[in-house]
Amino acid sequence: MERVTTSPTKARIIKVSGPLVVAEGMVKAKMYDMVRVGRMGLIGEIIEIKEDRASIQVYEETSGLGPGEPVETTLAPLSVELGPGLMSGIYDGIQRPLDIIRDKTGSYITRGITLPAVNRKKKWDFIPLVKEGDEVRTGDILGTVQETPLVIHKVLVPSGIEGEIRVIKKGRFTVTQTIAKVRTSSPPAPRLRRAGGIKEIRMLQKWPVRRERMVQKKLPPEIPLVTGQRVIDTFFPVAKGGTACIPGPFGSGKTVILHAIAAWADAQIIVYIGCGERGNEMTDVLLEFPKLKDPKTGRPLIERTIMIANTSNMPVAAREASIYTGITIAEYYRDMGYNVAVMADSTSRWAEALREISGRLEEMPGEEGYPAYLGTRVAEFYERAGRVVCQGTKNREGTLTVMGAVSPPGGDLSDPVVQATLRTVKVFWALEDRLAYMRHFPAINWLNSYSLYLDNVEAYLGKEIANDWMKLRNIAMAILQEEDSLQEIVRLVGKEALSPREQLVVETAKSIREDYLMQDAFHEIDVYAPLAKQYRMLKVILELHHSSEHALEKGVFLEKLLTLKIKEKIDRMKYIEEKNIREFDSIEKEIKREIEGLTK
Amino acid sequence: MVKEYLTISHIAGPLILVEETSGIKYGEIAEIELATKEVRRGKVLEITADKALVQLFEGTTGLNVYQSRVRFLGKGIELGVSMDLLGRIFDGLGRPIDGGPKIIPEKRIDINGNPINPTARDYPTEFIQTGISAIDGMNTLVRGQKLPIFSGAGLPHPQIAAQIARQARVLGKEEKFAVVFAAMGITFEEANYFITDFRRTGAIERAVLFVNLADDPAIERIATPRLALTCAEYLAFEKDMHVLVILTDMTNYANALREISAARKEVPGRRGYPGYMYTDLSTIYERAGRIKGKKGSITQIPILTMPEDDKTHPIPDLTGYITEGQIILSRPLHRRGVYPPIDVLPSLSRLKEKGVGKDKTREDHGDVTNQLFACYARGKEAKELAIILGEAALTELDKIYAKLSDKFEEEFVAQGGDENRSIEETLDLGWKLLTMIPTSDLKRIRDEYIKKYLKQSNQ
Repeated sequence: MERVTTSPTKARIIKVSGPLVVAEGMVKAKMYDMVRVGRMGLIGEIIEIKEDRASIQVYEETSGLGPGEPVETTLAPLSVELGPGLMSGIYDGIQRPLDIIRDKTGSYITRGITLPAVNRKKKWDFIPLVKEGDEVRTGDILGTVQETPLVIHKVLVPSGIEGEIRVIKKGRFTVTQTIAKVRTSSPPAPRLRRAGGIKEIRMLQKWPVRRERMVQKKLPPEIPLVTGQRVIDTFFPVAKGGTACIPGPFGSGKTVILHAIAAWADAQIIVYIGCGERGNEMTDVLLEFPKLKDPKTGRPLIERTIMIANTSNMPVAAREASIYTGITIAEYYRDMGYNVAVMADSTSRWAEALREISGRLEEMPGEEGYPAYLGTRVAEFYERAGRVVCQGTKNREGTLTVMGAVSPPGGDLSDPVVQATLRTVKVFWALEDRLAYMRHFPAINWLNSYSLYLDNVEAYLGKEIANDWMKLRNIAMAILQEEDSLQEIVRLVGKEALSPREQLVVETAKSIREDYLMQDAFHEIDVYAPLAKQYRMLKVILELHHSSEHALEKGVFLEKLLTLKIKEKIDRMKYIEEKNIREFDSIEKEIKREIEGLTK
Repeated sequence: MVKEYLTISHIAGPLILVEETSGIKYGEIAEIELATKEVRRGKVLEITADKALVQLFEGTTGLNVYQSRVRFLGKGIELGVSMDLLGRIFDGLGRPIDGGPKIIPEKRIDINGNPINPTARDYPTEFIQTGISAIDGMNTLVRGQKLPIFSGAGLPHPQIAAQIARQARVLGKEEKFAVVFAAMGITFEEANYFITDFRRTGAIERAVLFVNLADDPAIERIATPRLALTCAEYLAFEKDMHVLVILTDMTNYANALREISAARKEVPGRRGYPGYMYTDLSTIYERAGRIKGKKGSITQIPILTMPEDDKTHPIPDLTGYITEGQIILSRPLHRRGVYPPIDVLPSLSRLKEKGVGKDKTREDHGDVTNQLFACYARGKEAKELAIILGEAALTELDKIYAKLSDKFEEEFVAQGGDENRSIEETLDLGWKLLTMIPTSDLKRIRDEYIKKYLKQSNQ
């Protein structure tokens, strides 16, 4: 964030109101340029211009600022630094490294600090993948760097560069050293022509956060993001490259679900954005993720995780920027061809930041005081997700999955942020506090939630797991649906009014709820259920249901079927480890044996 | 030489507009001297060119445009801190009201504080035994947590808060412990209850009280919790003490916030509360916690009265989104004479999982809690059903559950105002209740614990 020039006429503060500062004399100011405000050099961004007056949202606490203090523009939009060294990092909303800030200033965050987001001193082993004379264009991989034991960082040709490799180096470099020189065929910008058409490439790149990174084309998502959460994977799956939202009142477990997904989802890179939420939750991730092991490689999960932490008490304007910072970093890794997942917790806090700034700008408010452009901004954000063909000659595929928590006031889903989000996202995990009180976790309501990716992922699941996956899922769903209407009758006239078959449905639905949907995020085995285990578990429950139905038809009393001994094993099958998946065979056999015993 | 301005041009509600100012900073403190020589304090809310908008803590009654003088002090509100704060009582702006001497400060700290760097936080994991079963057993409090009490008008939240302040301790350790108490807009009687209780038990020696009563200026309440937390941070992170902060009543605080917002003619959010209330509340609640490398900790118990017992009202709603759980008091339980009337089902402690179990409380704690929750919820449901269909409609098993839920309220939740139950007593009580239902229904407890503990309590 070097200071480029100061404006010729002196820019001065004329108004301070919370995070909003108005300055005059801002002749060179462009919309969304970054500025340094006051003697402390606080970081801000221009969000409105009237003649030479610019309104600036300041990303740091503004107390102590006064009229007359200078304002400098950097003439560049708010950008993030991209390059090796991001992984395992924790940043604030405008990508300042919190761990390094702590080393410098202690336990509290003080103001006016500028620190590079990417370590400038560390040397990386750069292994080139191209040779001199090769033709490259934007998005091609120049070489790789082992960023963490889990992540190979691919150094790409930056945007707008195309041409012949003149120099490519091998060895240990810092991010600011030149690793390649490209002779550009048709220099796109005049300033390159001055350099004789030779462009030096470094590992460190910059990208403005509010602009989507370019791709060749978007593709429909087809492969499920396996989260290990049964209610999600089986009933309401999200595809890699898809979007999902989790609205729910406080205490319904949004954050627990997002943490579980961040820990167990089979994405290669996780970007976790703590946007206006609790400080201790970020600490939890920071302390837990180095301990949790990636199921495939056994390496700590932190090695594939980047965190953006702008907790609720950190400056509100930086909260607004935090989700863009997060998603831009995620796009950067997607461009390398990775499956990236972004969790934003919570988008409501981001919307509130938007509302606060909008209010200070005295804009005409829309619903609930939110600005009229809320819906557009929400849609723009989620639209940055997708399965894409990345730029470059090799047609790499990458995916970016976005999951956002929404915290509607009082859990009321008519809230403008929820409604704006539902218009955009394809998966809706409806959290309910009623379920949470009953300690049914994850408290995702199975009747209200939906996923529009069921058709997309059906082919994949049919091929990888079992042909009848979707069939089983639909049967189970139908049973849950029927239970809901039967419960109505039970509530009115009691259980006795139901026929034996209906009572069996109620019983099976209970089993699906308790033995399948409920999952203990704090139990060492139950926390993650692989797809194969999910399939076997569901199959066992439905197997019992079907055999019981047959037995009923043959005249067996319902009471006998409800007190089968195997039920105890079914209750506990969620604790079967993946390596003992054979145990399901014996459960299935036992079901058969016990029911056959009754029908004889 | 501090400049004095005689240029107040506008007075509205708690706000004054001072013109022709220069060199004023956002957020700094102003002193307003009235014609009567009375001095009031205010804070700069907005500066536009040479106009400063100042919010007065003590209100604008008696203020005159022509005769009042304004001085800007060039700094924010500060609290002078020293160990002598302990045992003292202050008003809502930090002036002693107990007749004792002035504090000679070791240093002065800006009351707004800075956000704790998330990487510097240490996760709260140490179990605090409050001696109240409904909290210890079901919604465990841990050191560094912020756990509010959602109450309603007329419910005994002061008694519960005082009992927690009296009984709270960490198992097996003798450490320096302090209570910081901030009262915002509560009645004299309520404040007096706390002061008397602290005196009665000797807790006053290690307590600091900031008291803004109902008839004190409402705007002063904006500063009161921040003074208390600045004091708490000093005691916790510089003097290695474990500090319990009780803030009561956050509803009055939020209403003061609304008052200022209305006076500034801001676009109101829900129910007239300002759109930034979430952010504002978070700058109070987020000051709880532990910091790596520091011995002390700040545990917060904010108390708020829910208007009409409505949990979705903006004040409890926004609070619940920031705090790590909530203890909800129930009017029906209170009517039945259950003290403390803690409604266990909607109450929640988010940090519970990390604070319970082997080496912290007891290995079976987590499972017992889950099982009791499930049984109690089922019993409550059965009772609801019985109301509609009559008791005859219940199955034998449901009748047992219904009975268990009654017993749970009468024996587990209910306890004396001075009864201090150890965690073992609480858990054993839980096991005793669980013997009422068939063992095969104890699905949420690991077999080994059933074998180990259920038998014990049967004997």
